[in-house]
Amino acid sequence: MTFRTILRHLREGTKNVIRNGWMSFASISSIVISLFILGVFLVLSLNINALAGQVESQVQIQVYLEPNTTKEQREQLHTEIGNMSEVSKVEVVTKEEGMKIFRENLGEDGKELLSGYTEDTNPLPDTLVVDVLEPTTIPTVAKKIEELKKTTTEKVIAKVKYGEGTVEKMFAVTDTIRNAGLIVVAGLAITSMFLISNTIKVTIIARRREIGIMKLVGATNHFIRVPFFIEGALIGFLGSAVTIGILFTGYYRLVKLTQVELGLMLIKLMPLQELWLSVGGVILGLGVLIGVWGSTVSIRKFLRV
Amino acid sequence: MIEMQDIWKTYADGTHALRGVSVRIDRNEFVYLVGPSGAGKSTFMKLIYREEVPTKGQISVNGFNVGRLKQRKIPYVRRNIGVVFQDFRLLPNLTAFENIAFAMEVIEAPRKLIKRRVSEVLDLVGLKSKANSLPAQLSGGEQQRISIARAIVNNPSVIVADEPTGNLDPETSWGIMNLLEEINFRGTTIIMATHNKEIVNTIRKRVIAIEGGQIVRDQVRGDYGYDI
Repeated sequence: MTFRTILRHLREGTKNVIRNGWMSFASISSIVISLFILGVFLVLSLNINALAGQVESQVQIQVYLEPNTTKEQREQLHTEIGNMSEVSKVEVVTKEEGMKIFRENLGEDGKELLSGYTEDTNPLPDTLVVDVLEPTTIPTVAKKIEELKKTTTEKVIAKVKYGEGTVEKMFAVTDTIRNAGLIVVAGLAITSMFLISNTIKVTIIARRREIGIMKLVGATNHFIRVPFFIEGALIGFLGSAVTIGILFTGYYRLVKLTQVELGLMLIKLMPLQELWLSVGGVILGLGVLIGVWGSTVSIRKFLRV
Repeated sequence: MIEMQDIWKTYADGTHALRGVSVRIDRNEFVYLVGPSGAGKSTFMKLIYREEVPTKGQISVNGFNVGRLKQRKIPYVRRNIGVVFQDFRLLPNLTAFENIAFAMEVIEAPRKLIKRRVSEVLDLVGLKSKANSLPAQLSGGEQQRISIARAIVNNPSVIVADEPTGNLDPETSWGIMNLLEEINFRGTTIIMATHNKEIVNTIRKRVIAIEGGQIVRDQVRGDYGYDI
């Protein structure tokens, strides 16, 4: 294929999009609608995913120490837990700090309630707060820490707490949400592929005559196929570009609009710049792929003349 | 040169379109194909430009055994055969000029050559002024001239025309015939299926009559021979 022919194909493919204006419009519209729905779900599931991750990462293990634990004992335990491979951070919360946090959390109402406790009568234990790398390992790590009780002769650890039962349930819920999101997105992707390739098929059937004439004047199959291929890619590209434009503008507005209201519920939508690359990439890639695939598959049928 | 030896063509539905046709058409001949509808004229022509393959028998066009042609090679054989239809078959979205140029783009001719050659054939068919018109803006006769221009633009050795005047009024038909004669005069073989008695009886050429899938008459400078 000469360079001149390549240019001709590019020119012809582009011209065809314009020449078959309404058919191109129909194809592009169906791509926009399908990909937009897909995009909304994609953004939604990414947000839910992020939210789930956020919630999960807030789970920590509290290791309450015995009241008479010495500083050395505490530090030894600190290093021991810190050395576990799953653990990312161990923080010491002394009973004084604990009381301070407690007071803050209770706010105005608690002032009176806690006023009776002085430094000496502080009933709170010293605590080690353990963060893990992978939230799902929390139950295992908690168990490991529990087992440290047996190895040390002096009693240091009073209690290990991580919200047993609740945490496992939460992981199950976030897992379900993730899987459901994935299934919905995959289902939508497949549906839109069929929907779009069908529309393209219709536009090509309308041009069966054209293909017949091409064959009659001695065009090779390859020569006939390439402009359709380019046309399909272009339609897919235009469709995804429009989708991305609408989706991102809408999302950007939504993020701004809900910043205050959802912020109060400690929910934060992912900012656009965090997901535009992945969502945009998926939509653009899928759009072009569908366009090319739709036109290539549909045209194959008409080339056997 | 076209040569058929004992050609049989049976379609999938069991219709015997051709039964043992043998014929030889030399370079630069002008041949009328006559006979009732459904006699096998169209099949005869389709075999030449390889839209159909014979069920049995040998057919060669310009030395190519088109009955046994590899799929890949079909386009190259077709480039040496111009085809003209009753319904013109122009691309509706392309201008007259583009429709003709299309046949040259397909064989990857240089742009400059395309421009020159298309102007040349537009001149030959007398439609230089309509170069930028779309088919819908042209009369039937003009559309047929454009389709003939497209058929000859690559200098084929054979033109196959399936009732080229079938959709045209008598006066326009004579214009088309003059054009085909002119093309024939310049050295192109013409095979034309027709139901037009007046044309066949006036412009006398070789006449091949097909009935029931067989050649029933083959006359040099023959006449139409049917009442209708």
